[in-house]
This record gives sequence, C-alpha cells and structure tokens, in this order.
Amino acid sequence: MLELKDISVTYGKGGTHRVIDQMSWQLETGTVLAVAGPSGCGKSTLVHALAGILPYAGSITLDGTGLNPKTCSIGLIPQNYGLLPWKTVKENCLFTAKIRDNTSNMEAQLTSLCKELGIDGLLERYPGTLSGGQAQRVALARAFLMNPELLLMDEPFAALDIAAALAARELFLRVWKEKKPTTIIVTHRVEDALYLAHKIAVMKRGGHFSFLNENPWQGVKSPKEAAYRSLEQQITENIIKADEI
Amino acid sequence: MRKKLWVFIKGFLLVNLFWFLLAAFLSTPVLPGPLTVYGKYSHMINGRLWLHIGASLGRVAAGLSIALLIGIPVGIFMASSAIANRILHPLVYFSYPVPKTALLPVCMLLLGLGNGSKILIIVLTTVFQIIVAVRDAAEHIDQGIYYVAKSAGAHKKSILKDITLPAVLPELFTSIRIGTGTSLAILLIVEAYGTRWGMGYYILDAWSRINYIQMYGGIVIMSVVGAALFWILDGIQWVMCKGMR
Repeated sequence: MLELKDISVTYGKGGTHRVIDQMSWQLETGTVLAVAGPSGCGKSTLVHALAGILPYAGSITLDGTGLNPKTCSIGLIPQNYGLLPWKTVKENCLFTAKIRDNTSNMEAQLTSLCKELGIDGLLERYPGTLSGGQAQRVALARAFLMNPELLLMDEPFAALDIAAALAARELFLRVWKEKKPTTIIVTHRVEDALYLAHKIAVMKRGGHFSFLNENPWQGVKSPKEAAYRSLEQQITENIIKADEI
Repeated sequence: MRKKLWVFIKGFLLVNLFWFLLAAFLSTPVLPGPLTVYGKYSHMINGRLWLHIGASLGRVAAGLSIALLIGIPVGIFMASSAIANRILHPLVYFSYPVPKTALLPVCMLLLGLGNGSKILIIVLTTVFQIIVAVRDAAEHIDQGIYYVAKSAGAHKKSILKDITLPAVLPELFTSIRIGTGTSLAILLIVEAYGTRWGMGYYILDAWSRINYIQMYGGIVIMSVVGAALFWILDGIQWVMCKGMR
C-alpha cells in the first residue's frame, strides 16, 4: 500500500509558495493511479516528491516503510524520458539497474524485455538517433529493468503523436501486467487515464484530489458504452472545474 | 576525421596560394614566398627545432592542465550551487574580459622570469573560458536525467561521474580548443623574455636577426603544431563523446 499522510511541498525562499498542501491518500499495491488536472496544479511536483527529488513535509510509506530512493526501488519516466545522450540504448536501459546494483541476470532480462518492446534492434544506437516512440520505449525498458516497487510516469505519452501514443500505452500495459508495480501516471489525456489506470484522480490547485474514482475500463480499447462516455465526461468536467478554482 | 584532414589540406593550400600571390605582388625581402621558405626547411628542421617545439608544448600543456584542474570543479560548483554562483559569478564576469597579458609584469614580479610566470599567464588566459563553458554546460543538462538518477538512489559521486562530467565534455572540448589557440598565440609574448627555448622565442629571435625566412618558417611550424593539437583534441572528443556528435 502506498500511503501519503499530510504531504506538503513548498517552493520559494522560506517556503512561500505551497504547491501541495496537506495531501493524504492511499493506493493499493499493484494498481495504477492516473492523476489528471490542469497545468500548474502540482501533478509533476507530486511525482517529484514521490520520487524523492523534492523535499516534503508529512510522510509517504510504501508497504509500511518510509519511501526513500536509497531503500525502495523507484522507477521514474520523466516528461522527456531523461535518456543519457552519450550512452547507447543498452547502456541507458541498464543505467538505473546499475545504480541499484541490480544487475544479476540482467542480460537475459534486457534481451527479453527489449524484444517485447520492439527495441532489440536499437541496443547499440544512441538516443539522438531515435524517434519519440522509440525513446519512450527505451525509458520504459529502463524503468522495468530495475524491477520497481513504485513506478512514476510524468506525461509519458505527451510528446508522441496519436498513433505512437496508442501503440506505446498498449505496450506499456502488456509489460506492466508481468510485474504489476504500483504505478502513478500523470497525464492530461483523459483517454490515456481511462485506458491505463485502475483509479483516476483529478488534482486541483493546492494539491488536493477533487475527484477520485475506480475505473472499470482499464485495458479496454475504445469502449462505446454510455457509462464510459459518462465517466470520461465527469473527469473532463472536473479538470475544467479544477482549473477555475 | 578524414573530412577534417581534407579541410586542413584545403585550408593549407589556400593560405599558401594567397601567401604566394601576395609575396609575388609585393616582391619584398620582408615577405619571402612559400617556396623560398619551404626550400630552406632542410636547414631549419633539426634537433634544436624539436626542443623549441617541446618547450612550447610543455608550457601550453602545463598551463591548460592547471586551468582544467581549476576550471572544471569551479564551473560545476557554480552550476550546482546558487550561492557559489552568486559569489563567484561577479568575479568571473569581471576577470574574464581583462587582458591577461597586461598582468604579465605582476606575474613576473611574483614568479620571476622562468616558466612559472609563463605558465601562470596561460592559466589566467584560459581558466575563465573553461569555468564559463563548464558552468553553462552543466546548467543546461536535461533535469530529467538527474531526476531519473536521483529517484534510483544515485549518490552525488555517481551523479557527477555518470552525468555531469560526460554531459559537459563537448563544451569543455570547445573551450580547450579555444584555450589551445589562445595559448599558442600568447607564446609570442611569454617566450619573449627569460628563455632561449620555445617557438615564440624562435620566431622573435629570427625576426630580431632579420632572418625572415626562418621567421616565416617558424610561423608555419607553429601553425602546423596548432593544427595537430586540434586534430588530437578532435580525435579524443570523437572517442569520448560518442552519441553527442
């Protein structure tokens, strides 16, 4: 269980700008939470706090122990994927696993995961020569190769065109189902949230969820049902409302 | 590399053509033509010439090495600490444009007429551009890369070794190239006193003896040495900065 208790994150000199204010919620282990919301509401700040990049007040625990990058395995896929241009695709894939000294049996895992993600032919190339979709899959491989207990994705499909985004999220779900790490995806695309997440939250300014709901449509491709449309509508309205607050 | 060699050959031929035409047009002993100069090379190239080249290269290598040892950590420190940048930036900003050769009397008074003052002038001339290049390059590293490493639990030492240093290498090589060119240029000033060795001394000595053929021969040799240093730097960069070419 991922548990946040009274989390506050402040920016500026002396903590003058409070982006997240006493946020508390829980997420069951092995589920995907999609966090949507207007720009600047603190979605990325939340991800950075969870990733241990930003200091915060309050407590975050994962399965009862304090969340800390040094002790927990946290996979992060930032908005622009954070690939190292001077390392090959293979070296990039193994980068975080090596930081965690988690390299036993890595070659076999790398081979099978890269094959599954369709990047097995790119291992000796450099990130500068990859398309957006390919770079995204390399970032996915890097995150999954470290066997994350918590996976954080910040707008993972935002830089991709529609076709590439559809393919990428399908691929993500397929790989995710093999290890099922607790996952938080920040996205502004409602259809991505509905396809990928077990739960969907809408964040309003000040860092509170104005909406948190179960999503029965996870993994369902373009459902036509009225209930799907209604949930989609509800989320969109909440995002618009959150922007007005 | 082959392309660069071709550029060098073309440049060398064009400069020699221009030199040939100008010498033919002016027809003065002050400007002998390239064929006259090259015709005397068999007399010029001997053990003593190599000692002159070695003395100059030694001073440039020592000066640049000290500048790198100071410039890299200071540049990274300025990029990583806002307080350090606030304190050091005005110092660098003020000192960068000061013509360092104007400090030659001070260096001579402090370190005497030997190699110390000559190397110090090379250090002062090159260190600020190295600091600025490293700081700017470090400031522009994709933050996503740091986020990925930090969320995986990377230590500061590993972040420095695996991210910051490789990321600043291309700009560092540019500043070394500029520094090399500047150092070779100021050899004519620093080797004008307190030594009988060095390409600067070689050229100035020939000039004072009205031996124009040796003077131009020295200038050509110094240019070829400079080009060779650029090649070597290009080669090292080619090996060290794969993926960022």
